[in-house]
Amino acid sequence: MNDVINLGPARLLPGEQISITTNTATEPFWQAAKEHRLTACQCGNCGHFRMPPTPVCPECSSFQMTWPTLPGTGEVFSYAICNRNPATGEEFIYVPVVVELDGAPGARLIANVTGCDAQDVHIGMKVVVEWTPISDDWVLPNFRKA
Amino acid sequence: MGWVNQDKTAIVGIGSTDYYVRGQSYPRTVYEMAAEAILMACEDAGISVKDVDGLAYYSGAGMGYTGKFDSAFLMEMLGMPHISFTASLTSGGGGSVGAIGLATAALMNEDCKYCVTIMGLQQLPQTRLGTVFGRMAPDPENSFLQPSGLVGPGHMIGVLARRHMHLYGTTQEAFGEVAIATRGHSINRPKAIRRKPLTQEDYMASPMLADPLRRLDFCLESDGAVAIITTTSDRARDCRQKPAYVHAVAHGGQREWGRAFTWYGMPDPYFASSGHAFTANRIWDQSGLSAKDMDVALLYDHFTPMVLMQLEDYGFCERGEANDYALSGKLRFDPATGKGVNGGTPVNTHGGNLNEAYIIGMTHITEAVEQVRGTTVNQVRDCNFALVSGGPAPLPVSSLVLRSA
Repeated sequence: MNDVINLGPARLLPGEQISITTNTATEPFWQAAKEHRLTACQCGNCGHFRMPPTPVCPECSSFQMTWPTLPGTGEVFSYAICNRNPATGEEFIYVPVVVELDGAPGARLIANVTGCDAQDVHIGMKVVVEWTPISDDWVLPNFRKA
Repeated sequence: MGWVNQDKTAIVGIGSTDYYVRGQSYPRTVYEMAAEAILMACEDAGISVKDVDGLAYYSGAGMGYTGKFDSAFLMEMLGMPHISFTASLTSGGGGSVGAIGLATAALMNEDCKYCVTIMGLQQLPQTRLGTVFGRMAPDPENSFLQPSGLVGPGHMIGVLARRHMHLYGTTQEAFGEVAIATRGHSINRPKAIRRKPLTQEDYMASPMLADPLRRLDFCLESDGAVAIITTTSDRARDCRQKPAYVHAVAHGGQREWGRAFTWYGMPDPYFASSGHAFTANRIWDQSGLSAKDMDVALLYDHFTPMVLMQLEDYGFCERGEANDYALSGKLRFDPATGKGVNGGTPVNTHGGNLNEAYIIGMTHITEAVEQVRGTTVNQVRDCNFALVSGGPAPLPVSSLVLRSA
């Protein structure tokens, strides 16, 4: 068993079917994404990173936030391989990944990865951010195999 | 030392409707099924529904994941003269057995005398649990998850299972063994939905839905209702059935697990776990017992890998060793001896969510009650202690030990 089946390219889900909303805590992340700048929420007092952004630092209880520009690279922490477009039900190979972000210890993003076949995605794989336009002129950070 | 309320309350009544494949209970309504289950539980306990004065829910008093039970409507429908306790645990199925702790809190505070815990659900096409996360409108929190296309619970758990495979070499054969062993327990259960024997070949032929998870790694999506009545041990002695004492019970969990697979921020080793270490430790501290003292384990099995991870969190085996534990047959019940196989503790002797029915964990509690009464189908010989768990999910999760009277 466990013969490797060629699933073909890992694809990104089409951006036009993806919508997001924001609040005061999360909007700076998405505004940065519009400028193709990958950031993560960092405590302005103690420097602890937290994602998704929340109003208070869980380490020092400070309400101060900073949004440093990250290198835009990271490493796959885990993933699943999915085979149906959730919006349409059509066959569609995509790979949701949990990515640990370089330059932001403890911060992770959940996204899709592309640039390789689905069965070649692996834990520890290096990735680089890939910007995907989505609904309402927002931009979503996805990833490409580095 | 022991927990102050140890054995002070007991489950005295259980009732359940037939179990239906999702949507098949139509045109019954959830309230009608809930009424049947509650009245059956009262009959089982030997009390009148008019004696019921408390309601302890979980999952935000959910009926499935889209509706809500309303205590006033239950009173109106069933003719309960008054209620003096009505409350719920938060979040979802993780709190299932914690609701018995909530009932215990109510009873020990003398808020009520007979407390009902109820779950009922009906999954019409617009309310399927399997797609519930994907149908949520975007909000600022889920905007960091939904765009990835992790829309079903199976997708979400698949990511945790993958990490467990990576860290510990866990195999898909071990996931299969969870399905196969527990299918072996549902074959002779009259109300079970899946009753056909299952082989490793069947399992491997099952289609991948969220690689590394196959269709047979997913639990059923069912309709039906289950009700449980908890009362004080003093009153339990006057009830019809042998009491199932609440020996230890806990809900909650730790920050490292938190929102779990709706967050994915868990550090190792929590990421590839069931999130149950905290409540497991609490019930073992409350009782002075450990996994080896359990005669049967009713572990919430929405997805096969989470059974393996619970075996590790509760201490049936060391972390990372559930693969070998399962593949050595230790989940299985041997009817010839009335015990486990190869020194193991039988898991889900009712077939579980995977095979019997998925009523969001309630059937695990009713099976534990029947095990410690000594009246179930796959009866463990001399069953003194039964462990029951709530769903590995965003907190709270929960843990329960029932003791035979």
